[in-house]
Amino acid sequence: MSALLSAGVRPRGALLLAALLAVLLAAPWIVSDYLLTILIIILYFAYTGQAWNIMMGFAGQLSLGHALYLGLGGYAAATLFTQFGIGPWLGLLMAMPIAAAGGAIIGFLAFRFGVTGVYFAILTIAFAEFTRIGFDNWNFVNASSGLFLPVKQYAHNDLWRLRGDPTMFYYVILAATVALFVLCHFLIRSRVGYFWLAIREDELAARAAGINTFRYKMLAVMVSAAVTSFGGVFYAFFYNNLFPEQIFSIFRSIEIILGPIIGGIGTLVGPLVGAFVLTGLAETLNSTMTAFGIDLPGVKQVFYGVCLLIVVVALPDGVWPPLARRLGIGRDDS
Amino acid sequence: MPLDVYLNVAVGGVLTGLVYGLLALGLSVIFGVVRVVNFAHGEMMTIAMFIAVVLCTGFHLDPLLLLVPIAAVLFAFGYVLQRGLINLFITRPEHTQFLLLVALAIVITNVLLIVFGPDARAVQTSYALDSFQIGPLIVDAAKVYAGLAAIVFSAALFAFFRFTLVGKAIRAAADNHTGALVVGLDVKRLYALTFGLGAACVGAAGTMLTLLVDATPMLGPSYTLLSFVIVITGGLGSLPGALFGGMLIGVTEALAGLLFTPSIKSMFAFAILVLVLLFRPQGILGKRLA
Amino acid sequence: MTRKSQSHSARITRRVFTAGVGAAGFVAGAAPFNIVRGQGGPLKVGVLLPRSGLQAGIGQDCQRGVTIAPGVLNSLGLPALDIMNADTESNVDTARARAEKLINDGAQLLVGAFDSGQTTAIAQVAEQKGIPLVINIAGAPQITEQGYKFVFRNFPTGPMIVGDAFANQKEVFAAAGSEPKTVVFLHINDTYGTAIAGAVEHVMPKFDMPYTIAEKISYDPAARDLSVEVAKAKATNADALLVVSRLNDAMLLTRELVKQRWTPQAVLSMGPGWYEDQYLRTLGKLADGPISFVPWYDPHKKLTAVLEAALAKADPGINLNTNHIFTFEALLVAADAYKRAGSTDPKALADAIRTTNITDNVSIGPGISFNAKGQNDKVKDGAIQNVGGKLVTLAPKEAANAKPVWPMPSYAGRG
Repeated sequence: MSALLSAGVRPRGALLLAALLAVLLAAPWIVSDYLLTILIIILYFAYTGQAWNIMMGFAGQLSLGHALYLGLGGYAAATLFTQFGIGPWLGLLMAMPIAAAGGAIIGFLAFRFGVTGVYFAILTIAFAEFTRIGFDNWNFVNASSGLFLPVKQYAHNDLWRLRGDPTMFYYVILAATVALFVLCHFLIRSRVGYFWLAIREDELAARAAGINTFRYKMLAVMVSAAVTSFGGVFYAFFYNNLFPEQIFSIFRSIEIILGPIIGGIGTLVGPLVGAFVLTGLAETLNSTMTAFGIDLPGVKQVFYGVCLLIVVVALPDGVWPPLARRLGIGRDDS
Repeated sequence: MPLDVYLNVAVGGVLTGLVYGLLALGLSVIFGVVRVVNFAHGEMMTIAMFIAVVLCTGFHLDPLLLLVPIAAVLFAFGYVLQRGLINLFITRPEHTQFLLLVALAIVITNVLLIVFGPDARAVQTSYALDSFQIGPLIVDAAKVYAGLAAIVFSAALFAFFRFTLVGKAIRAAADNHTGALVVGLDVKRLYALTFGLGAACVGAAGTMLTLLVDATPMLGPSYTLLSFVIVITGGLGSLPGALFGGMLIGVTEALAGLLFTPSIKSMFAFAILVLVLLFRPQGILGKRLA
Repeated sequence: MTRKSQSHSARITRRVFTAGVGAAGFVAGAAPFNIVRGQGGPLKVGVLLPRSGLQAGIGQDCQRGVTIAPGVLNSLGLPALDIMNADTESNVDTARARAEKLINDGAQLLVGAFDSGQTTAIAQVAEQKGIPLVINIAGAPQITEQGYKFVFRNFPTGPMIVGDAFANQKEVFAAAGSEPKTVVFLHINDTYGTAIAGAVEHVMPKFDMPYTIAEKISYDPAARDLSVEVAKAKATNADALLVVSRLNDAMLLTRELVKQRWTPQAVLSMGPGWYEDQYLRTLGKLADGPISFVPWYDPHKKLTAVLEAALAKADPGINLNTNHIFTFEALLVAADAYKRAGSTDPKALADAIRTTNITDNVSIGPGISFNAKGQNDKVKDGAIQNVGGKLVTLAPKEAANAKPVWPMPSYAGRG
């Protein structure tokens, strides 16, 4: 697993990535609107999954309350937009620090008091739930009635205010995912990345080697939180409504982490692969069931759950490592 | 507000807390010994609730009579689950365990939805709506019975762990995995047994809960969270801790709801959880972990 | 490709599985042709409801309205509808994806989706694609305030529900010859509950109600135990209980009222739950008394009897309720517009819907018509009461068929 992080970019790997990027760039012209929406959802999960991966896959801190940062980011930007008319890109300047602060609080409390592993995970759940109930009762953001963003027009694409048709949103999330991918690529190979690797593998040894584990763990948490908050901003402006019980919910936190775990924790491409597999699976199941005329609610989720079970049992490292081996990319265990 | 309102609410909180405590007990046993983060805990309880509802309405039985049989059924379910599936995951990282149980939870919830539909199912007992009047106190009868049953069941479990050979073996395996192997204990079987016992607690708690709550397929997640809050607050690996934690959370939520607005009462439970995690991670009654 | 010595069949199977799944998904969804514009034949209507997930109960209840619609519409001489069902899974992302898929598969009109958040997402898709959306149920006023040209709602908004509730309450008090001086307002803290609570604050001063709200108590939708809430309500010593809840909490609340030995003068509900089949069935004699102020059917209207008969045949033992009525009426609007437009072209359909004027409908009020914002601002709510295990209509006058039972008989004496 440790070699995964330090795998260099082989020529074949780079070629495949470039091909994928080309296809994705051309997508709006090739595929139907429905499929474009699906791609937006896939990229959204790839993005948020990668953001979560920074904390988990790189620094080894299991967060099960990541929806907290989505919600903080989304609400920050949405509130600025509805109350003061400030566009999402400026709103991001507010959203990221708020989310990072949230992460910092959790990180500080946890790391200072030595809360690790499963306990850390439960701590993150507690904070997310606490915030959810808080927002549900906070009238400034409309509490549980929900915050609705005014949708004035679809006629033309307003990138500054993120008002427009799905194609614009598609390119925004594609750009964000690519940017995050590149950021992570450099992070892994940077000094910070190696420190993270050391902390993940054996924190005690890392500390003995002189690494300020507290500082680097905090960095991982804050970066992860800040990056995730953009996902929240995107969500708010794409769907144009926010409800605390939806955006802060534990189901959302679980959604975020399914992709990277299925794809392969700690790998660069894992979240992307995972997102494709999971959303592809869900949509395929839907189409299959419609084709067979099965109209029973809940059946699709049962199949989905069973597939998850199979993947998690059969592929302990996720989908990507064996796939990469098959495709001949990377070294012997990436 | 008059004092008896506070008393009523507090007593109600304690009694319901006992049932939640039994549910958490199951998790404490599972998590404390097998070290698996059971995120399908609430869903297992929901299965037990539906079994109880079906049997009670079909055969006109009282849920408390079915306590032991349903616990036995869940025991079998837990044993098989551990032996067959979860055992593979003991050595795997937590996030994989988590995903396994989340997937299981999804399957259970939706199978229940398909089989039973989304409507709430209730058990009708003759005493379902009775209440005892003791001076100024009005105490819910069903809660009293459920609370008493929880105490009895927990006591039985406690005795099992304290006084039987198997119980001691399980505690040994929990304290020191390698040591247990060295001494020749069949740890795999013990783990399966433990998971089964934890599931039995869940089965009992679920049966008791049908007296208080209606069964719907989507009940699981909030009870899973509740169990974790109680287990960590009360103390992992401490059986009285789980019951104590249950009562503490029950009373806190009840009083918070009374003093402030009920819709934020869960915030207090999570606040307590955070405080415990930070300042006393072994829980209020737990032993210091090695 | 380098050959690994360990390439046994298991590996190939796994890889093929995941690759195949991905590929199949894309093939299945990759049909690049969208909207079928054409004439004649049944109208393809996509129905989006939360049939699984947290709102499964309500979604599946709404589905009953869909099931009985074709037969009833046929008997009215309206054109046939080809209904395509989709499950939003109580989730906003899924709702949007399902809406896109339906349109991709040829839906010419959409109906849905009960939940305000999901409906908002679907409305955006509908507006962008120029496909009319007829909302069956969704209370958030914002949906029809966005200036959409393709979104229509035949259901009252939160403020409308509250306004009618107050007006009807006055009628009920007059008919009963008595009125409460104080009420305690207990409401669920979810989208609907908070919206109604907010509306109550804004709207109540305009109605000069005879009572004051002694206390406002909101509770968590996931609450497993409402003893604290009821204890608090009881401690206010208010005359009546004003409540907004859902089905499960309605049952829990009633049981707590019994256990804590408090029978308010009346239970005035402004939401679902207290009149639903399960409530009546599960609580038996204890179900009588509560008065619900909700969008409802007019028992005097012709079509109501037809709908009731159809439901009795399809689902014996199920009473006609809000979910069925408004889901049916959404389809009624669709069929009626199709008949008048004479074409399946979405723009023609939208124009036809805009000029809808159906007086032979089911819900209370002059009929179905839409204002410039696409909202039916003429639909009225009713006041219904549980009497002897059945539902009777108390108000408004044109729909009333019974007098109120007031005050509510004590829970203690009901056996």
